[in-house]
Amino acid sequence: MDFNDTPQEAAFRTKARAWLAQHVKPRDPDAIAANVLGERESAEVIQQAKDWQTLKFDEGWACLTWPKEYGGQGLGRLEAVVWGQEEARFDTPPNIYSIGHGMLGPTIMAHGSDEQKAKYLRDMARGQVVWCQLFSEPDAGSDLAGLRTSAVRDGSDWVLNGQKIWSTGAHFSDWGMIVTRSDPNAAKHAGLTYFIVDMRAKGIEIRPIKQINGGQGFNEVFFSDVRVPDANRLGGVGDGWRVAITTLMNERVAIGAGGGAGRFRDLLKLAQQARRNGRPAIEDSAVRQKLADFYIKSKGLQFTSYRTLSALSRGATPGPEGSIGKAIGAPMGQEMAHFALELQGAMGGADDGGVVPQEALWQGMYLGTPGLRIAGGTDEILKNIIAERVLRLPPEIRVDKDKPFREIPTGSVK
Amino acid sequence: MNLEFSEDQQFVQQTARDFLTKHAGLDICRGVLESADAALDPALWKGAAEMGWLGAVIPEEHGGAGLGYLELVLIAEEIGRSLAPIPFSSSVALCTEAILAYGSDAQKQQWLPRLAAGDAIGTFALAEGPGETDADSVTVRFADGKLRGTKLPVLDGEAVGVAVVVAQGERGPVLALVDLGAAGVTRTRITSFDPSRSLAKIEFEDTPAERLGAADGGAERVAALLDRAAVVIGFEQLGGATRAMELTREFALGRYAFGRPIASFQAIKHRFADLYAKIEIARSNGYYAAWALSSGSDELPLAACSFRAAASDAFETAAQEMIQIYGGVGFTWEYDCHLFYRRARWLAASIGSASAWRDMLVTRLVARQGDGSSPHDD
Ligand SMILES: Cc1cc2nc3c(=O)[nH]c(=O)nc-3n(C[C@H](O)[C@H](O)[C@H](O)COP(=O)(O)OP(=O)(O)OC[C@H]3O[C@@H](n4cnc5c(N)ncnc54)[C@H](O)[C@@H]3O)c2cc1C
Repeated sequence: MDFNDTPQEAAFRTKARAWLAQHVKPRDPDAIAANVLGERESAEVIQQAKDWQTLKFDEGWACLTWPKEYGGQGLGRLEAVVWGQEEARFDTPPNIYSIGHGMLGPTIMAHGSDEQKAKYLRDMARGQVVWCQLFSEPDAGSDLAGLRTSAVRDGSDWVLNGQKIWSTGAHFSDWGMIVTRSDPNAAKHAGLTYFIVDMRAKGIEIRPIKQINGGQGFNEVFFSDVRVPDANRLGGVGDGWRVAITTLMNERVAIGAGGGAGRFRDLLKLAQQARRNGRPAIEDSAVRQKLADFYIKSKGLQFTSYRTLSALSRGATPGPEGSIGKAIGAPMGQEMAHFALELQGAMGGADDGGVVPQEALWQGMYLGTPGLRIAGGTDEILKNIIAERVLRLPPEIRVDKDKPFREIPTGSVK
Repeated sequence: MNLEFSEDQQFVQQTARDFLTKHAGLDICRGVLESADAALDPALWKGAAEMGWLGAVIPEEHGGAGLGYLELVLIAEEIGRSLAPIPFSSSVALCTEAILAYGSDAQKQQWLPRLAAGDAIGTFALAEGPGETDADSVTVRFADGKLRGTKLPVLDGEAVGVAVVVAQGERGPVLALVDLGAAGVTRTRITSFDPSRSLAKIEFEDTPAERLGAADGGAERVAALLDRAAVVIGFEQLGGATRAMELTREFALGRYAFGRPIASFQAIKHRFADLYAKIEIARSNGYYAAWALSSGSDELPLAACSFRAAASDAFETAAQEMIQIYGGVGFTWEYDCHLFYRRARWLAASIGSASAWRDMLVTRLVARQGDGSSPHDD
């Protein structure tokens, strides 16, 4: 049991820091906005992000945990943590690769053919191409296996028709990974097939969706007779569910705690600056209790993820335990933001970075965190996963199993 | 970074679990709880001594096993799992720790071998009535080698023979070591919320005592001692919480309503998921605190506050959920749920409430701001 760097980790940290210092400016630790992807980034920022990734790739700092043959460095998960901690100290462009590198790359590694691995992974690591995840549909979110975008075999191609939605970054992506229904007569989970699609293929239309915070990070993606070569199929025909599960398991680890956990320092500062009952709010006992709770949870999440990574670094595959980080971290982010707005009093009803404390950081978080509680598995779905897969409690009683997909009731209120 | 306990440490834990499974079923806890006068299970206490647990971190020269704190916390976790009715936390985590940290050679010679062997049972007396008692405001006086005043409640007060008492000395608070068999000690049994762990009122009337450690800096010594004890006791709480959840899970899988196991209802499953997450958050804070304690890290003051508050909350929540999920039988004397409920409360009350630790955490976080952040910040 040792939370400190091993001698190898310490040496790696020094090396990483030195390399970073050569190429980017250190970040002001008191700066508010840090390495986060804004909503609807300009083409210029996207290009900066790509160039940064390619520089890392060229100099041996990209996709550290991936095998060397796929453009990675063959390092352990803990070295990747060290790298992440160091990179966060510097003023780097936003990361536009969490879906590709965190979820889709590992899925190709697990299920792809040798040709597919050779064709896609190295380019994905190099970063001039960006990938998106085309899973959710208007009628298939939590119940992903309810998806109905169809794939019909035609010679050496498949023809895709239907609609995906909430596809983050589709508007600046070159490739997408999509789950389709290839057999509507098979049982729900048995009739799915997984593909890699070229986002510039004929018949794909991408329409941005405006979010509650005014941003436009995600999109609707329509497929009209889009031809996908069979060579782009990932895994067997009808085996798409198994492949998708790999993506989802990696997704929870990739998303991790997110949101609030890294923001405690800012909250503490706010509590010192804001006043309550004529004194600094931090002297108020109710404020102190809440602050302590947030700190304890943040630290608990951080150390829980270290425990997971420590286990993964010894060869375990990402399991359902990874769900805890998001199950706790996402709602906590919203609670922290709400609490911070409470501390601001009347200003907590404003959203003007010019007058609101800390450049309206918490206003932004309060409008952004509801999305975190939904994306990548809602709070409720994550609790189901913890209950069923970690604690092995009985699954939900289901009315949609063992029936041909076309006989399952469906419905949605528009 | 390596967040695993070593194979040797895991072996110590497994040995403890095997022993306690055999010798400390919940009937043993219930036996003490229901008895009119027992304050501990003597056979189990003897067993704990023979297993080397009472002297786990006492150096071999003083009759201990010379193990480290990572071993000690794992033993504490197992004791917590079994609800063992023995004054382990008071004697080992508090009294023994105080003597190890602040005792003179003579005091160590005199007490450590007896504590390790279980012949002496110790405690730590800080509280003086309702509310949080802090070292600076204690009223028990220590002057000219004599103690005067009242401690209430004293942890495991019916079971113990020696106490480290926080008292007001000439230059502020001091620690005083007192043999409770000495003249001028009046001990009165207090009904305990968990009668398997006793409490007492102890009045000192010019009772002979020795100072433990220097005449000044007592408040800092008390704080440091409580930090260390919080880690060990936190593991006891973690063990209790985990066991309560496991038993509740077994129950929920076997209990049927509306034609299905109650464990299949989503409302129940989500309670389990929340509880599991709460316990894991406490556990992860606990590993950090245990590492800080065992490695002498500067992180201990923050880590101890975090862990103690999380562990108290986790165990109490687990025990509350246990009764709720058992339903009516959970509210009966006959079922074991109340054993957990009582122990969780007793331990949470023992060295400062969770909210007091949270408050101290914020004080320490603010103090820490100036001199930079933790090496383990995100
Ligand atoms: C910011 C953001 C980014 C996203 N990015 C992507 C992306 O890049 N690619 C992609 O494919 N998708 C993406 N998504 C979609 C996301 O995965 C879905 O929104 C999510 O899975 C929920 O599905 P839904 O919106 O259809 O809600 P529904 O599934 O209809 O859920 C509605 C409510 O019902 C509850 N519910 C549903 N089923 C159960 C159950 N079994 N038990 C208890 N409660 C239940 C849910 O918890 C929720 O509260 C994104 C979403 C957001 C918000």
